Amino acid sequence: MSATAPTSPSSRSGPVEPAGPPDSPDATTTAAAAVEVRGVSRRFASRSGDVVALSDVDLTVRAGEFVSLIGPSGCGKSTLLRLIADLDRPTGGELTVFGRPPHVARQNHDFGIAFQQAGLLPWRSVRANVELPLELHGTGRAARRARATELLGLVGLADFADHRPDQLSGGMQQRVAIARALAESPSLLLMDEPFGALDEMTREHVQTELLRLRAESGAAVVFVTHSIPEAVYLSDRVVVMSARPGQVREIVPVALGSAGDRTDGLREDDQFFDRVRAVREALHGTDGATGVGRGVDQR
Amino acid sequence: MRRQVVTGAAGVLTLAVLWEGYKLLAPDDGVVVAGLTVLPRSNDVAMPHLWDMAARAAAPVTSAPGAEPLWLAVGQAAAFTLGVAAVGWVVGVTVGLLTATLMQRFRTAESALLPWVVLSQTVPLIALAPLVRRWGSQLEIGAFAWQDWMSVAVIASYLAFFPVSVGALRGLSSPDAVHVDLLRSYGVGWWRTYSTLRLPAAVPHLLPAVRLAAANAVVGAVVAEVSIGLRGGIGRMIVEFGASASADPAKQWSPIAGAVVVGLVAAGACVLLSRALDRYRVSEVS
Ligand SMILES: Nc1ncnc2c1ncn2[C@@H]1O[C@H](COP(=O)(O)OP(=O)(O)O)[C@@H](O)[C@H]1O
Ligand SMILES: [Mg+2]
Repeated sequence: MSATAPTSPSSRSGPVEPAGPPDSPDATTTAAAAVEVRGVSRRFASRSGDVVALSDVDLTVRAGEFVSLIGPSGCGKSTLLRLIADLDRPTGGELTVFGRPPHVARQNHDFGIAFQQAGLLPWRSVRANVELPLELHGTGRAARRARATELLGLVGLADFADHRPDQLSGGMQQRVAIARALAESPSLLLMDEPFGALDEMTREHVQTELLRLRAESGAAVVFVTHSIPEAVYLSDRVVVMSARPGQVREIVPVALGSAGDRTDGLREDDQFFDRVRAVREALHGTDGATGVGRGVDQR
Repeated sequence: MRRQVVTGAAGVLTLAVLWEGYKLLAPDDGVVVAGLTVLPRSNDVAMPHLWDMAARAAAPVTSAPGAEPLWLAVGQAAAFTLGVAAVGWVVGVTVGLLTATLMQRFRTAESALLPWVVLSQTVPLIALAPLVRRWGSQLEIGAFAWQDWMSVAVIASYLAFFPVSVGALRGLSSPDAVHVDLLRSYGVGWWRTYSTLRLPAAVPHLLPAVRLAAANAVVGAVVAEVSIGLRGGIGRMIVEFGASASADPAKQWSPIAGAVVVGLVAAGACVLLSRALDRYRVSEVS
């Protein structure tokens, strides 16, 4: 559905500029940002009193930008992602996706989504799972098949097209889920801890793969994670959140070169460790308060 | 399939061995303790030998000239009952699925319908049969006239619909939240979500329900035939031949065996259905 996206992929193929002031006003005026979050709150009513999952959150994700959300569990990362995807509605504030309300963006198929669980339909073959969004949106059989073949090649699973999901390892299933999320060439990818259940080796492998896919597609990504190195390795900017109530504590620019240029070697780089430290400090707070970073994977 | 056939055959064989074994070991007049019959009588009137039954099945139904052999009459009656039960099964499964769909679609429908669905099964069949027959006979639309076999099918469907509606409701509600979210993110409506996600996900819950429905439909059809007095079916035949049991004890066992065959055929059909839906039976992946 890239035809409906206001920015063409070619306009973001260059190296991503280090983020300036994260919410600079011209981000909205020049071209519609991929995601625009303005004073958003989400309150869940429960029997034992209200839970404020998000309180007055502001965030702009530019077209083609990779932004990670990191923070202790329960700080509202998933909630924010669900609000962007229109799987939930805010109780206050406003969101837009490519300048449109989230429900319009959802109907337009402006974004692809992937969760911690691969969520493949077990009765469909791997290929049919990748084809699912195309099938539901009326793409013809031949075009669907061609696209699925292409995507499965991209994620290195061309030989597994006719397998059933339960014949695949967790990492392979997750790669199928990513291929499915990319099926309609969305301009925005929403990912909620997609690699959270994978072992470290597989995880590093799919991270590099994701960087490559992202460089090729030029899509903006909002990526929820609880791993600092993962956030630093993948992102242009890391949004550090704090819990109770969920708020944006700090936005750390990372930008270790354009997505296509990053390789596994970067993980050994001094610059990389430098940014990891910056994110960790942001998580823990400069006042040295303990316990803020609980639930965050600091490897 | 072969495994199910072997299991079925083994079941029948076990029954035969138990029957003859009991006849061999138990006293002719059973065991009576303090006026209570603890073990049934095993004489040739109460429990004829299997070979006597088989011989009787090969003989003509009645002594009237030109009467067809008993096994043929039983076969026709069994086919008739099977047909009526199948109609009842199809109607019951359809109504059960529709009820479950309605309950899944509308929360209010679930709270309004589910108690009635459960309550419906507490109405005794014996009370229901004459009612259905009376209501049916008042129905006349153009050339269409209500037949007694339709009353029997209605009762069979009434018993079949219950497990299906309950099983289907569970099945239709079984998809993971992540799957429901995914389809929502695709912006597809209720119907596409139903057909691509809920219905396939319901299959593992539906198959046992459908098997139970088949058994219920057969039992319902046999019993309803008797209480409505429908001729031509196996249920009626059991009662009819049972009346002459003292004079011709082996005769009534033919329709009883016929009823068993009807049940086995119904079970076999369900096995075939399960196999056709095999790919939907895979367990959920993460
Ligand atoms: N559907 C819901 N109903 C009630 N409370 C919820 C719901 N979803 C999330 N919450 C609460 O909101 C807070 C943030 O949750 P979540 O966004 O899942 O956190 P994270 O993904 O950062 O771990 C938590 O305290 C959680 O209990
Ligand atoms: Mg979460």
